[in-house]
Amino acid sequence: MSVDSEILDLTHVDRTLAQQVTPGRWEKMLSCIQCGTCTASCPAAHAMDLSPRRMWRMVQLGMTEEVLQSKSIWLCSLCYNCHVRCPRGIPLTETITRLKELAIERGIVSAPQSGAFYRTFAEVMRRYGRMREVEFMARYFLASNPLAALGFARLGLTMLARGKIGLELPRWGGKGRLDHLFRRVAELEAKK
Amino acid sequence: MRYLFYPGCSQEGTAREYRDSTLAVLRAFGAEVEELEDWTCCGASVAPVMSNLLGLALPARNLALAERQADGRDVLTVCSACYTNFRRTAATLAADRALHDKVNQALEVENLTYRGTATARHLLDILANDFGPEAIRARVQKPLDGLTVAPYYGCQTVRPYSPYDNPQRPTSMLPILEALGVKVHRHPREAACCGTSLLMTKPEVGLTMAGSVLAACEGADCIVTVCPMCHMNLDAYQDKVSRMLGRTVRIPVIHLPQLMGLAFGLPQQFLGLQRHITPANVTAKGAKEALLASFGLI
Repeated sequence: MSVDSEILDLTHVDRTLAQQVTPGRWEKMLSCIQCGTCTASCPAAHAMDLSPRRMWRMVQLGMTEEVLQSKSIWLCSLCYNCHVRCPRGIPLTETITRLKELAIERGIVSAPQSGAFYRTFAEVMRRYGRMREVEFMARYFLASNPLAALGFARLGLTMLARGKIGLELPRWGGKGRLDHLFRRVAELEAKK
Repeated sequence: MRYLFYPGCSQEGTAREYRDSTLAVLRAFGAEVEELEDWTCCGASVAPVMSNLLGLALPARNLALAERQADGRDVLTVCSACYTNFRRTAATLAADRALHDKVNQALEVENLTYRGTATARHLLDILANDFGPEAIRARVQKPLDGLTVAPYYGCQTVRPYSPYDNPQRPTSMLPILEALGVKVHRHPREAACCGTSLLMTKPEVGLTMAGSVLAACEGADCIVTVCPMCHMNLDAYQDKVSRMLGRTVRIPVIHLPQLMGLAFGLPQQFLGLQRHITPANVTAKGAKEALLASFGLI
């Protein structure tokens, strides 16, 4: 399907994706006029394989696979520039978060480092209730690319010397501080 | 003034000096600050991606604790990511009764109920509006004349929730800086994103974004931030940014309450200036002395 048609009839397109990622506000998503303010405002657009403007057209058209496969959603830094500037008032930044959630749910993670980042962070959060920065970094590099840790080694030593980080022993077993809440949320999500 | 303080995870680790200097400055104003008991992570940018409900339940857990402890006090946040999560949760649940109920079903396991009455506020909002330039000027012991400061707000400090400032062209730091006696270096990246959330997963993109902010601030003696994530990203990766740009970029990055503490003449142990990665002058005898010397204080 071409996404560059000059005139597009959105009456009969598959709305599933728009409904999934802008719950309760999908009509707003369909009101995107392709002005490109989002792309022009995005500090990471230069690195994206799919510009935000194109991506919103594809969401309108229900092109789920293509959108979830794109690396663009993993390049959103949540700066909310597009969100505050969108002339249609579409909550674009939060819609990208929903696209990430959908991609993880379907096991489509075109950016494996991002997948490792989110999984590891959530695991440390569940276990201790609060982030432990050093343990998170160690686990993240182990889960993604241990060699990349070398690039951060010198900084890590400087931070240790300045007292910016300390070393804490990880706790492997036992109950996590937020086990109950994570479990209850998962149960409630399963019912939806 | 009385506040309930939600520090956020970085305030126990990499940004302890931000917490210490914030508390010292608020104490200097005579404010009463009490830490939220049993607080947990707000979920950062991660929980909302793992699950929409988790991304609301984690901030709501802390807001519910605040409602129990706060008796109407505002919740003080110093991290713009925590601030945004609390504001987003409050706004989302206020507009969606069914989702609000569902979040409370989740919070049952913590014996908590979120009512929707707690208000999270950013440190910048509190400094600019609860205290303001007059109160600040009245406490200045050592005016920072001759120092040129580049203000940096970052993204989530003012976007999308900024009841106190313009989300695209913020100015709330200006009266504070002027009250401290510094010269302000205005630049086009004051509310741009520093790229911190991409630093681990897409370093080349994150560093490009940090580099554009640092380059815009060149010419100032230091950058002043109001978010621990911005601070870390701008302070810690200047070597990598320099390699990327092919020239040396070196500029100290200071938390706003540290700058205020210097001007108020607060003791060094409350300010933690020696903990930063980029000192004022890397060749000087010690980071702290060099920074103070650059401020004309020793």
